[in-house]
Amino acid sequence: MRLGSILAAALLALSMGAGAAPSTPTPAPDFTLPARDGGEVRLSDLKGQVVMINFWATWCGPCRQEMPLLEQLQKKYEPLGFTLLGVNVEPDSAAAAAWLKGVSVTFPILYDTRNSVAESFGVQGMPSSVFVDREGRVRYVHRGYKAGDEAQYADLIRSLVKE
Amino acid sequence: MPRTKRIAALALLLAALPARAAVLPDDRADVLYHRYEGGGVTVDGPSVLVRKNLAEKYSVAANYYVDFVSSASIDVMSQASPYKETRQQASLGLDALNGKTQYSLSVLGSEENDYSSTTASLGISQDLFGDLTTISFGYSQGWDEVRKRGDPTFEEPVDRRTYRLGLSQVVTPSLIMGFAFETITDEGYLHNPYRSMRYLDDDVPLGYAWAPEVYPETRTSSAASLNARYFLPYRAAVHGEYRYFTDTWGVDANTVRVGYVQPVGSRWTLEAGYRWYDQSRADFYSDLFPRADAQNFMGRDKELSTFQSHMYSAGATYQLPSSGWKFLQRSTVNLFFDYTNYDYADFRDVLKGGAPGTEPLYEFDAAIYRLFFSAWF
Amino acid sequence: MRARIALCLCLLLGAAGCSNVEPWVKPYERQNLADPIMAADPNPVASSYLNHVFEVREGARGALGGHGGGCGCN
Repeated sequence: MRLGSILAAALLALSMGAGAAPSTPTPAPDFTLPARDGGEVRLSDLKGQVVMINFWATWCGPCRQEMPLLEQLQKKYEPLGFTLLGVNVEPDSAAAAAWLKGVSVTFPILYDTRNSVAESFGVQGMPSSVFVDREGRVRYVHRGYKAGDEAQYADLIRSLVKE
Repeated sequence: MPRTKRIAALALLLAALPARAAVLPDDRADVLYHRYEGGGVTVDGPSVLVRKNLAEKYSVAANYYVDFVSSASIDVMSQASPYKETRQQASLGLDALNGKTQYSLSVLGSEENDYSSTTASLGISQDLFGDLTTISFGYSQGWDEVRKRGDPTFEEPVDRRTYRLGLSQVVTPSLIMGFAFETITDEGYLHNPYRSMRYLDDDVPLGYAWAPEVYPETRTSSAASLNARYFLPYRAAVHGEYRYFTDTWGVDANTVRVGYVQPVGSRWTLEAGYRWYDQSRADFYSDLFPRADAQNFMGRDKELSTFQSHMYSAGATYQLPSSGWKFLQRSTVNLFFDYTNYDYADFRDVLKGGAPGTEPLYEFDAAIYRLFFSAWF
Repeated sequence: MRARIALCLCLLLGAAGCSNVEPWVKPYERQNLADPIMAADPNPVASSYLNHVFEVREGARGALGGHGGGCGCN
């Protein structure tokens, strides 16, 4: 299990690139994290759905900028078997909880306070979005956010949802 | 180095850099009132800045700054009479982001009744090593014109060239350090047409007489600084900087600054700081020369003398409650106060009288106020 | 001057080649550095005014201010 996640992290780490880098499909490292509204979310429970894992923080300007756009993606593609997971990487979740009061977000927000998930995914930039297919394999990693990237996200989601 | 070769070198630099991404500065507007009072001089006025992002790739900034000067300084009072003047300055800057490289271009112009200046600057900044390191280069070219009130035929040029190198390094999740190096070369009329040097003259009741200063026509200076910012675990920041300066005129200077930033509650940020500055005189500086032709170059500018300065600073920033305008993200009101003391070791206060060379050494205090409003969009 | 530009060129080319160094402060560990109280120059209008005062009153000039730090985003 550990070797698998280290290998996955190494492969993910090597897939550097501005914008989306297609990876040779590797199983996404499984994780269980506490969610904003109580309870927990485990990645492997979501097998069968396309999952977009977005690593974000309140101190990251581009992350805050893309949040409402991610909400739009969630609303549009959820009926097709897609879900977004917003993984907040701050050690103290109070800032995230406070900021989210002013932003409408319906997808699960998870707190990765010890950064174990960010590390296992080899996150190399903020924000980072990891696209996982229905079989639980990492297919794309998108690093950073610039205005207009949400169109790229939509294209990736559509291609994965069709499978 | 010929200009075409310089541009080619710069282009090569750009080609070597891998393209990633960074972030442009935020959109903002600032309105500042500044006031300096000390040593018989009062200077106040506004400074306004507006910065706007365009097309997510460019950031444009414009600044307009005015000094209303009312001067009865020791230099003025020793040889002339108090005067008032206005200095205006305007600048325009453009930053462009391409991956992890930021390019900047800016033009600045200033105008007073006896001095005009234009400066053009170029800069490149690159983030490396997972954004832990930022390296930057800058070049500026300036063209000045020195004039003299009361003499319409007097017009002298100054040519200024500056090269800058900067390195910033994230050391730990709470510590960032930086290094900067800057070298400036000036050529032309480098002194003040109103200031004179003085020399011993037994034929005159005063014991000394004034004569025009004679300055070298070039000056090359180099400065290197080290700085660090550290985040304290209870949420405060401490920062320090040391700068060493030396030039071809013999001036050597040390600057040490320390500061502390403390947020209080959710709206206030308080700051305190101390700055120490120490300078040794230019080779051709003297408060009193033995003869009118004692040296090839002679000057009596107290800014080139041997002196020490201590500055104590305090500041407060208050974040205003959100106005309800969706358009305005954040706004603050700020008041910064600096109290500085300048203590000269070889510049004398001739107004206090005494046998030439025994007048008391000059010293003065100044109070600097900065009151400003900032808004982010 | 030629030597200086050559040095800068070498530094940059060398640096570009070292892009495989793993950052020891991860992009998601930058909350302290991104805090506004850690900003190098939060009030450019106020700081440039004070630097102008120093250049006028003193003989030394240059090598003040810096870039870098912040959130390291994008």
